[in-house]
Amino acid sequence: MNTIPGRRVIMVVFLFFLLLPIYWLINMSFKTNTEIVTTMTLWPHQPTLENYKRIFTDESWYSGYINSLTFVLINTVISISVALPAAYAFSRYRFLGDKHLFFWLLSNRMAPAAVFALPFFNLYSAINLFDTPWAVALAHCIFNVPLAVWILEGFVSGVPREIDETAFLDGYSFPRFFVKILVPLIASGIGVAAFFCFMFSWVELLLARTLTSVNAKPISAIMTRTVSASGMDWGLLAAAGVLTIIPGALVIWFVRNYIARGFALGRV
Amino acid sequence: MDKTINQKAWFLVLPVFLVVAFSAILPLMTVVNYSMQDTFGNNQFFWNGVGWFKELLDPSTDLGGRFLASLGRNLLFSAIILAIEVPLGIVVALSMPRQGWTVAACLVILALPLLIPWNVVGTIWQIFGRPDIGLLGYTLNSLGIDYNYVSNEFDAWATVIVMDVWHWTSLVALLCYAGLKSIPDAYYQAAQIDGASRWAVFKAIQLPKMNRVLLIAVLLRFMDSFMIYTEPFVVTGGGPGNSTTFVSIELVKIALGQFDLGKAAALSLVYNLIILIVCWIFYTVMTNAGAERPEKQGAA
Amino acid sequence: MARIDLVDLAHSYGGNDAPAESFALKPVTMTWRQGGAYALLGPSGCGKTTLLNLISGIVTPSRGKILFDGADITPLSTRERNIAQVFQFPVIYDTMTVGENLAFPLKNRGVPKARIDARVREIANLLDLTPWLGRKATRLTADAKQKISLGRGLVRSDVAAVLFDEPLTVIDPELKWQLRSKLKALHRELDLTMIYVTHDQTEALTFADTVVVMHDGRVVQSGTPAELFDKPEHTFVGYFIGSPGMNIVPARVSGHEARIDGHVIGLHRNYGVLPDGANIEIGVRPEFVNVAAPASGLLSATIERIDDLGRVRFARVRIGEAKFAARVPPGFSVPDNDVGLVFDPAHVHVYADSRLVEGVA
Repeated sequence: MNTIPGRRVIMVVFLFFLLLPIYWLINMSFKTNTEIVTTMTLWPHQPTLENYKRIFTDESWYSGYINSLTFVLINTVISISVALPAAYAFSRYRFLGDKHLFFWLLSNRMAPAAVFALPFFNLYSAINLFDTPWAVALAHCIFNVPLAVWILEGFVSGVPREIDETAFLDGYSFPRFFVKILVPLIASGIGVAAFFCFMFSWVELLLARTLTSVNAKPISAIMTRTVSASGMDWGLLAAAGVLTIIPGALVIWFVRNYIARGFALGRV
Repeated sequence: MDKTINQKAWFLVLPVFLVVAFSAILPLMTVVNYSMQDTFGNNQFFWNGVGWFKELLDPSTDLGGRFLASLGRNLLFSAIILAIEVPLGIVVALSMPRQGWTVAACLVILALPLLIPWNVVGTIWQIFGRPDIGLLGYTLNSLGIDYNYVSNEFDAWATVIVMDVWHWTSLVALLCYAGLKSIPDAYYQAAQIDGASRWAVFKAIQLPKMNRVLLIAVLLRFMDSFMIYTEPFVVTGGGPGNSTTFVSIELVKIALGQFDLGKAAALSLVYNLIILIVCWIFYTVMTNAGAERPEKQGAA
Repeated sequence: MARIDLVDLAHSYGGNDAPAESFALKPVTMTWRQGGAYALLGPSGCGKTTLLNLISGIVTPSRGKILFDGADITPLSTRERNIAQVFQFPVIYDTMTVGENLAFPLKNRGVPKARIDARVREIANLLDLTPWLGRKATRLTADAKQKISLGRGLVRSDVAAVLFDEPLTVIDPELKWQLRSKLKALHRELDLTMIYVTHDQTEALTFADTVVVMHDGRVVQSGTPAELFDKPEHTFVGYFIGSPGMNIVPARVSGHEARIDGHVIGLHRNYGVLPDGANIEIGVRPEFVNVAAPASGLLSATIERIDDLGRVRFARVRIGEAKFAARVPPGFSVPDNDVGLVFDPAHVHVYADSRLVEGVA
């Protein structure tokens, strides 16, 4: 009753559509360049690990991963920790300019990265953060902090006010109430917000590439650079692509049982 | 639940305000500053007032022509992908299996494209679509369809759109699925007893229960497609010609390619303003939808 | 409208091969009269909602058949069964007005517009929903929403039966009374077969002509409220219905006599010799036991407390280990310690293994 006729066919076709390009990438990553360019084969006829070997023996690749994960992590931590008190305030209180502030925050989530690329470059160069993970992490805050505030506000609103009042009556101070009672209650919400912060920071390239040059270059940017340096090395490009998909795939695998609840964003 | 008035709540929002203000207001001020000036390089700037803005909105000038053309392309692009992704996302959400291990499997595969770095998404489709080495391009060409996204405008558009559908339909589907999951079984049972057809169930129960998440989905998809940069840039580089040059791509070309900071800054401001207006419309609709609380005096 | 027959109907959520004791509904055969007002009464988890969902077709039975007017409808879907059902929590269609909500079941069945309008107005009028017909249903209170759900259940005049699954749970107590008597009146007016599931005996006894009491997946008695009160066929019916419930005490019974704690109580009927090994109890409602001053020949009991229910007072007493409730006659001043109990033999029943034993007059 709550599903539609032919749903199995639709689902299979759609998943096939999602997986086919990814399969092609994986397929290509195990081929030699000769095989790629000269023949059209549905699976590698002369499978090779050469592409992956080249990546793993190059130290800049390895550091690219570390750089990416570093700024993603810093960004997630900053976003969640500043967003939590704000989400509480927006959910519980009315104050001067609250609605405008909330809207202004949300509008920043929507601001095009392209607009900020150059000013950010100037700004972070001026304060000597250019080419550090901190520059990227802070830059990504512009869209992740509003998102985190918005998601967490939904979850905090799901916690009955009576809980706050009881805690204050029981003599909890505000910080203690916050850490001991509220945070555990919205732990799933924090997880959801962290997931989305991770997601949007991990996939972003324009700002990450603009704000780094050598030392803090993210993995996805290194990928483009390596390839352009060595001409059109399709096999290597494919292998690099596969390697950048893996962290995301791992994260999804770990949260697979929470995806349905997570995408409700505490608001359904 | 009535909120209490408490001005001290500002202290709780202060960290967010500072972090975002640092990232948004300072750079924006730079942008405003640039937008009024002209430069011949060497960090020498000349006052240009509202000159750039005038040019920007005048299609007969080079800047205005490029901006308005890319704006038109971008709006068309957003309209097309919304028209495809929203219905498709709903259909996919409705097609989700009900229980068993297949649910988790479907969710994982659906979420996968969302966590692939955007330039890799571009790379995947660049490889996949190439007539010489890509499965899609090769197959289409061997079927007699002359497909080449590098040289043919229509093919380039089709590729960019299919890529976006591939990349983002899952987001709509997952949001809708979460909305559907929140409908209690009693609703379906009641509809069955009321003799509702499949279509009536969708219209009377599923769609209304999904409307909040759908609004979120439409907002996110519109905004993200309106500022799309990385994926089409990797695949088509904005070409052939300027046919897939969207506003962000145009902006980066002007700013980082030509280092025309004044023009780029003026473009940025107008671009931002458009987004702000659209965002405001959505926000108003969304808060109104959320404010539908039961009235105190009912029919009781 | 239809007569409903259940033939050896049983259901297990674990499938037909599950052990018999785990069945949510144990095999039952019974008939529901056309146009009757029935209540399915029992504590949570007794299988009453399962039975209701079997009739409406939301659940398919593991075993047995359901007949509407003699026709087997077991394999039919809910939609084809022509049943209306009202759920515990209000189900309303958010996007529609109150009027559209009420018209929905009729519209889906292609009833002509003029007849829909007439019927919707009639039902809205009966439920006092007329002023809200044009309003969006989503903005109303829970009470009003449940009234809409009720209205949708009642709007079709051709249904085999209207099923109610604890429909007044979300309603305020004061309004509950009002709605319950309204339902009763609607039953008379609309001439529909109604089956009302509840765990509240007051609700069941005031609504129904026939109350079906369920316990642990079994129908233990089906009868008029008076029958359930006067002659419970199962000790469970005895103490579940009535407030306070029936007194059940172990006894030894032979012929016209029951012995409790060595004391003899006279019985109205002759029970001969009861089967060996059975667990024999006697049951008597507190209304038919009076406390009196202790006297020889009376069963003596120790007073624990007095419950004043306004019109009557009940004494909670103890006979040996067994707890007992008895009526305090008007004007009787209760002593502090022991009292005697006076039984009305016509209302003392004998139970073997919880089931009523019919004596011989």
